[in-house]
Amino acid sequence: MFAFIVRRIIQAIFVMVIIAGIGFTVQNKLGDPVRDMVGERVSVAEREALRDKLGLNDPFLTQFGRFVRNAVHGDLGISYFHNKPTVDVILSKAPATLELVFGSTVMILVLCFPIGIYTAIKPKTWFSRFVMGSSTIGVAVPVFLTAITLIYIFGVELKWLPSYGRGETVDIWGWDTGLLTADGLLHLILPSISLSSIMLPLYIRLIRSEMMEVLETEYIKFAWAKGLRRYRVWLVHAFKNTLLPVVTVFGVEIGILFAFTLLTETVFQWQGMGFMFLEAVERSDTALLVAYLVVVGVMFVVINTLVDIAYGFINPMVRITGAK
Amino acid sequence: MKKIILLCLAAGLVFSGTAIAKGKTLRLALDADPKTLDIHEQLSAGMLQFSHIVFDPLVRWTLDMSFEPRLARRWERIDDKTMRFYLRKGVSFHSGNPFTAKDIVFSVNRLKKSVDFKGLFELFEEPVIIDDHTVDIKTSKPYPLLLNMATYIFPVDSVFYTGKDNKGKAKDNIVKVGYSFAKSTLPSGTGPYRCTYREHGVKMLFERNSDYWDKKSPGNVDKIVLSPIKEEATRVAALLSGDVDVISPVPPQDFKRIERDRKVNLFTVTGTRIITVQMNQKRSKPLRNPLVRQAIVHAVNNDGIVKRLMKGTATLAGQMSPEGYLGHDETLKPRYDLEKAKQLMKQAGYEKGFTANMIAPNNRYVNDEKIAEAFVSMLSKIKIKINLKTMPKAQYWDEFDRQPADFQLIGWHSDTEDSGNFYEYLAMCPDRKTGLGQYNSGNYCNQEVDKLTLESMVETDMQVRAAKLKKIERILYDEAAFIPFHWQNFAYGARKGINVEPILNIMNFPYFGDLVMK
Repeated sequence: MFAFIVRRIIQAIFVMVIIAGIGFTVQNKLGDPVRDMVGERVSVAEREALRDKLGLNDPFLTQFGRFVRNAVHGDLGISYFHNKPTVDVILSKAPATLELVFGSTVMILVLCFPIGIYTAIKPKTWFSRFVMGSSTIGVAVPVFLTAITLIYIFGVELKWLPSYGRGETVDIWGWDTGLLTADGLLHLILPSISLSSIMLPLYIRLIRSEMMEVLETEYIKFAWAKGLRRYRVWLVHAFKNTLLPVVTVFGVEIGILFAFTLLTETVFQWQGMGFMFLEAVERSDTALLVAYLVVVGVMFVVINTLVDIAYGFINPMVRITGAK
Repeated sequence: MKKIILLCLAAGLVFSGTAIAKGKTLRLALDADPKTLDIHEQLSAGMLQFSHIVFDPLVRWTLDMSFEPRLARRWERIDDKTMRFYLRKGVSFHSGNPFTAKDIVFSVNRLKKSVDFKGLFELFEEPVIIDDHTVDIKTSKPYPLLLNMATYIFPVDSVFYTGKDNKGKAKDNIVKVGYSFAKSTLPSGTGPYRCTYREHGVKMLFERNSDYWDKKSPGNVDKIVLSPIKEEATRVAALLSGDVDVISPVPPQDFKRIERDRKVNLFTVTGTRIITVQMNQKRSKPLRNPLVRQAIVHAVNNDGIVKRLMKGTATLAGQMSPEGYLGHDETLKPRYDLEKAKQLMKQAGYEKGFTANMIAPNNRYVNDEKIAEAFVSMLSKIKIKINLKTMPKAQYWDEFDRQPADFQLIGWHSDTEDSGNFYEYLAMCPDRKTGLGQYNSGNYCNQEVDKLTLESMVETDMQVRAAKLKKIERILYDEAAFIPFHWQNFAYGARKGINVEPILNIMNFPYFGDLVMK
């Protein structure tokens, strides 16, 4: 276990250096951050002076070296737009994104298991057919359209749910949460549904097909022969063995979920990291972009490590890679 | 245990807090919130809108383009280079400090230090205090646009912004990146509202200044909640669902929807930002020929663009200066005439056309990308084949300066609300040293235009000046120096009962202090 974690840390550092390198290479292609800082009438000389002051005119390696040196000390630079250290900006936006991902994960987990199992056990009912049919559509419709449609139905026409933002939030030890107020929870519903609309159909289909496969195996037939109760066969014997591939996919897909927060947050004016990232691209706030890439890189390494560990618990046959 | 109690208290505060609000609250959604709290840090429409809420200018524009006294009660010209301003008495800043002539000196000096404003205030010298409420504003050369510039002088609280802050930095520092006192402290202005809360990019709160000097202002809004909503469709949805009261800008594709809805109203006001395409005469041989340029101007159906693409949210243009500007000449009409365009091409010897390339931004102006595409298809009718490349504004301006294309799209708003600014930046011969013609990527160069523009900069006789400006406008028209499209309009959506019309103006700085809400 220890060797595994050390290996992962080394891997993480490697990943981050590469990400930072890539971030630094593309930032020059994103446009000039100074352009967004000053009005359009500011003269060329004034802009050059500002670029010099910010060190943007230094050669690539000098800039990169300076960045790495500061990063080792925990300083990822100052956001040109927010005028605060980039890490502070990202941390202040992280709760919003995490809560959104949390909300839609809960939604996915609560719905995918019962529906997935049901459609596997009773594939011929009208409900199963309906779910299978609509899940194809669910995967195909872009999240942007889902979000706008939801806003128009529930926000504009029915007026049941608010159309944008996070609503009332409470600050709990530096964590700005919307989960503790009624208003905040109402605001969370539509974005969570939109975000889960990408993954939910996928999970239902995955669980269904896994479950159907397991139900055909010998040991299930044996369980039936033993005369066990139906629910015990379905939920204990069969279901547990459908979980492994689901967890594998979940580890990868949670990354995709984060990627889709970019769109969801923009449509709902949800002030999270995804929204911040897209805005940073638009304003060529390159310092914030690079910092974001590095932070997200760390997050992914951590998530994947946790998934790998969880593996071992569900199926002891799978040994953690690198553990001896 | 302590933590749990705290938690309950916090939750309780949130639930009760929402019920306290009394009086009239305006929930306003714009595409972005002010970038900084320091009004001298950045020159942009958003910052000037903010300035009009929390501060007051010396004078401001009315809808019909005349000056309305604000913190200056009246003014008189002492000589060619001096204007005397008589300031309003009994005005105080939000901090409680009285407003005096010292604040004018402080503010003008600070504007001259600001990277963004120093260009506009180049000719200004240090103002001279006559007494507490009289001040002489001086320029180094005779300057006809002194009053236009006075609309940019929002006096800031000199006492509040002088000295050292608790980090040991001077309070009047203007810093673009990183900390400064002025940008991280709730400002002290004289305006109709105090800014009481700000979470950058999320929310801003303004509360009515109970000591506001302008007792005649009909404004009855006690509180403004400003939320930025970047996504156009979401902004419109927020208005339609009743989550906000006023939105701007309204995207043209949603005009019909808002007009149809009985619970909301649409307001538009003519803007002064001209959308043009410049033809680079240095790069392209055919574009050096005035006949070809005329042919192109005649081939552009900008009326069609205004009607179909902009859905009537723009004013058709045949010249740079909009109505109300001194240089505006109403005889200069839009010239769409395809037959004549073909004939001119033939006359110029380009019957068979030629190929060219073009660049345009895709998120800077309303429908900029679509306008460029329409332009390309219109020119294909006179056999000019154009290769178009569009890009986001973050990349566009560096490209624009490099001039990699024969046709480049640019929109321009005159900061001084005066024609001269158009010619100075877009029509004069480009000169790196003086900065004149800085955005003239067409490289159009005419000595007479240069001479007239320079003369008009120091001509204080408004009639003589108007004649000169009109002459320039005509030369540009006759030589087809550029391709005019339209002036962009501004659009506001508001729920029934809020009439935003009286507070709108062509600069798009709504005077929220005077807003009446039912």
